[in-house]
Amino acid sequence: MGIVEGFSFDLTVVWAFVIAFAVLVYVILDGFDLGLGMLFVVEAKKHDRDVMMNSVAPVWDGNETWLILGGGGLFAAFPLAYALILPALYVPAIAMLLALIFRGVAFEFRWRTKRWEWVWDLAFIGGSAVAALSQGIILGAILQGITVDEGARAYAGGWWDWLTPFSLTVGVAVMVGYMLLGATWLVMKTEGDLQERMRARAWPLGLATLAFIGTVSLWTPFLQDGYFVRWFTGVGWAMAGGVAAAVGVVALLMFRSLTIHNHEYRPFVLSLVLFGLCFVGLGICMFPYIVPTQVTLWEAAAPRNAQIFMLVGAGILMPIILAYTAYAYWVFRGKINPDDGYH
Amino acid sequence: MFDALDAVMLARIQFAFTVSFHFLFPAFTIGLASYLAVCNGLYLWTKEHKYLELFRYWVKIFALAFAMGVVSGIVMSYQFGTNWSVFSDKAGPVLGAPMAYEVLSAFFLEAGFLGIMLFGRERVGPTLHMVACGAVAVGTFISAFWILSVNSWMHTPAGFEIDPDTGQFIATSFWEVIFNPSFPYRLTHTLTAAYLTTAFIVGGVGAYHLLRRRARGERPSEATKTMFSMAMWMAVIVAPLQVVLGHEHGLNTLEHQPAKIYAMEGHYESHPEGAPLYLFGIPNDETQTLDYAVGIPGLASLVLKKSLTAPTDGLDTIPDDEQPPVFLVFWSFRVMVGLGFLMVAVGLWSAWARLRGDLFHDHWLHRAALVMAPSGLIAVLAGWVTTEVGRQPYTVYGLLRTADSVAPLEAPAVAASLIAFVVIYFAVFGAGTFYILRLMSRPPVFDEKPLKDSIDGPIRTAGITPAPEEATRRGGPNAVPGE
Repeated sequence: MGIVEGFSFDLTVVWAFVIAFAVLVYVILDGFDLGLGMLFVVEAKKHDRDVMMNSVAPVWDGNETWLILGGGGLFAAFPLAYALILPALYVPAIAMLLALIFRGVAFEFRWRTKRWEWVWDLAFIGGSAVAALSQGIILGAILQGITVDEGARAYAGGWWDWLTPFSLTVGVAVMVGYMLLGATWLVMKTEGDLQERMRARAWPLGLATLAFIGTVSLWTPFLQDGYFVRWFTGVGWAMAGGVAAAVGVVALLMFRSLTIHNHEYRPFVLSLVLFGLCFVGLGICMFPYIVPTQVTLWEAAAPRNAQIFMLVGAGILMPIILAYTAYAYWVFRGKINPDDGYH
Repeated sequence: MFDALDAVMLARIQFAFTVSFHFLFPAFTIGLASYLAVCNGLYLWTKEHKYLELFRYWVKIFALAFAMGVVSGIVMSYQFGTNWSVFSDKAGPVLGAPMAYEVLSAFFLEAGFLGIMLFGRERVGPTLHMVACGAVAVGTFISAFWILSVNSWMHTPAGFEIDPDTGQFIATSFWEVIFNPSFPYRLTHTLTAAYLTTAFIVGGVGAYHLLRRRARGERPSEATKTMFSMAMWMAVIVAPLQVVLGHEHGLNTLEHQPAKIYAMEGHYESHPEGAPLYLFGIPNDETQTLDYAVGIPGLASLVLKKSLTAPTDGLDTIPDDEQPPVFLVFWSFRVMVGLGFLMVAVGLWSAWARLRGDLFHDHWLHRAALVMAPSGLIAVLAGWVTTEVGRQPYTVYGLLRTADSVAPLEAPAVAASLIAFVVIYFAVFGAGTFYILRLMSRPPVFDEKPLKDSIDGPIRTAGITPAPEEATRRGGPNAVPGE
């Protein structure tokens, strides 16, 4: 790819990293929230559900804020990409937003009623599942490409173009992966029977996640010529091999960790690393495009003065945000007491 | 009529619907976050238990309203892209930055400290808990600052040029973008409106419980009395201030968006010898006349130009295709102003009752306050309808038309999502409103001892779990009252 040789590390690349970082943080943080929501479906006992929900209740709002930063950041730093991608993915994007409404309000509404508690449990499960599925579909649809009218700077396809076997596969893959994150999170945050069940569930979820990573990784290069060239020529082989080997090693470590009784936080950390590696692979695959393979980062980038102005704010504020987010997690560290609340 | 329901109109309805629903929550929680911080601070300072009761009472309601504000707000951050992608592409280089600052400086602050505010009192101790309450309150302010700056720029764009190649707005000075001409007026007017909204809801709930106690022949609790009293102080001080701020905002609008003022006043015609202030009328855009008009001669000129005979222009000076639809603007403005003056009246009435020592006994005042409980929410929505419909047919005033801002979507897609939003918003937020009203229908109660370690006691630095007796005393989530 010629563009890689002409690569220069400028503000546009910095902003691509900032957005990618926000999306990654969102995926791993809200990933375990949403996965935990889907796991509600197999944990029917009220006490267990109370424990599960309270393990994320103090932090879910902060986790979801990274999604706003991802969307807001895209609008700010790559307005053209924002304007092309969202109309193209209208249906899954709206479905995700509506699902997040159900999931979000369930945190509060569930404690406000006995008779209708099951309704909000259902909203929590359904909202988490549809949000995860939609996010996967969005990822799949971006990878497979969208129709762009470059002269009009506008999306030029129909409103069901996103619906393909590939995008649905990625959708299910994300659901499974989030459930793995949710299960390992709960291994860390709970005790007793619930913890043991989650440890057991992490096995099939981990295997399924690996299977989906393999499927999507092998499928993707055949979507667009550019991807094939990127992965299967020259240094591409080395990158592909490296990422695949790293995924294998991390997965092995995670499964081993699941068998060791006093490993409580390690399975979670390793499943996060697994997601991180997938993300790196994705980045290698897409670069330098933000709308594959139509619009590059530079074509979609906001003007330099906007990039600088925002980078000053991001440079100062993001470390502070990370510090107090870490502090909030630290305050609520340790095992969950289901009676710990203000309700 | 159905011809008018094209993709543009559907997208406008969708945005109006989602943003109106969304704004009801922040309009309430901006003020409530400050109220909670004040109650918590007063409790720590005076150690009077009633303030802790008030904090505990309102924090549950706050959590519900805030959660609904967050989830409906995420929808807004994506509506620009899903439904208004051309606007996003063109205005993103200017407006993206202040919106990114809103996320970075406000949303994270609110979300990061909300968990500690709600769940963390025992874990972090009173000082840091107070800091968390303050951070959430300040976060709501910062959020309002940025988003109102963005909104104001769309009304009074400044500090930009247009890129001839892409048609994008490019900032020449972000300082001028942020502090654009209408921003200070809109910011103060909106924040004051949020405070009044909260004050009248809190006052209405206090009045309700005063009336309930009275009906049962019981004496009201200290917490109930304090709730009502604090709200009425806000009403008497802030409502008149809001009239002044609203007037100033109107003069600023006359300078920058005169067509909006003409629509608000129902002035289709220019009045070279002084314009009347219309109290009633049926605007008719077809004939460009205000039918059945009832007005006070010269008063509009007095309000706008400080003279009964000052000449004023009307919509006849504005080309037809640059005029806003008058009916909505004219009437929503009257609803807002009418409610504003009723708020002032309630505030003055409460001051008079307070002077007579009758504040907790004047049950007609309590009834009036109860009826006025939702007045702030209605006035806020009416005000936004006035300003947003009044700047039509533009999204970026004078530069980018609404019809040219919309995403290239097929009408069925927008119609389907609009139906989904309407059904789900009414179901979900209807349920949430029901839970809030049910919480409000219960009086604040003196059923809990003061937190034993929140004052004077040792700060428990993030204990792994609260002490067992703490957990049982507080009842836990299983102790859902009522139902």
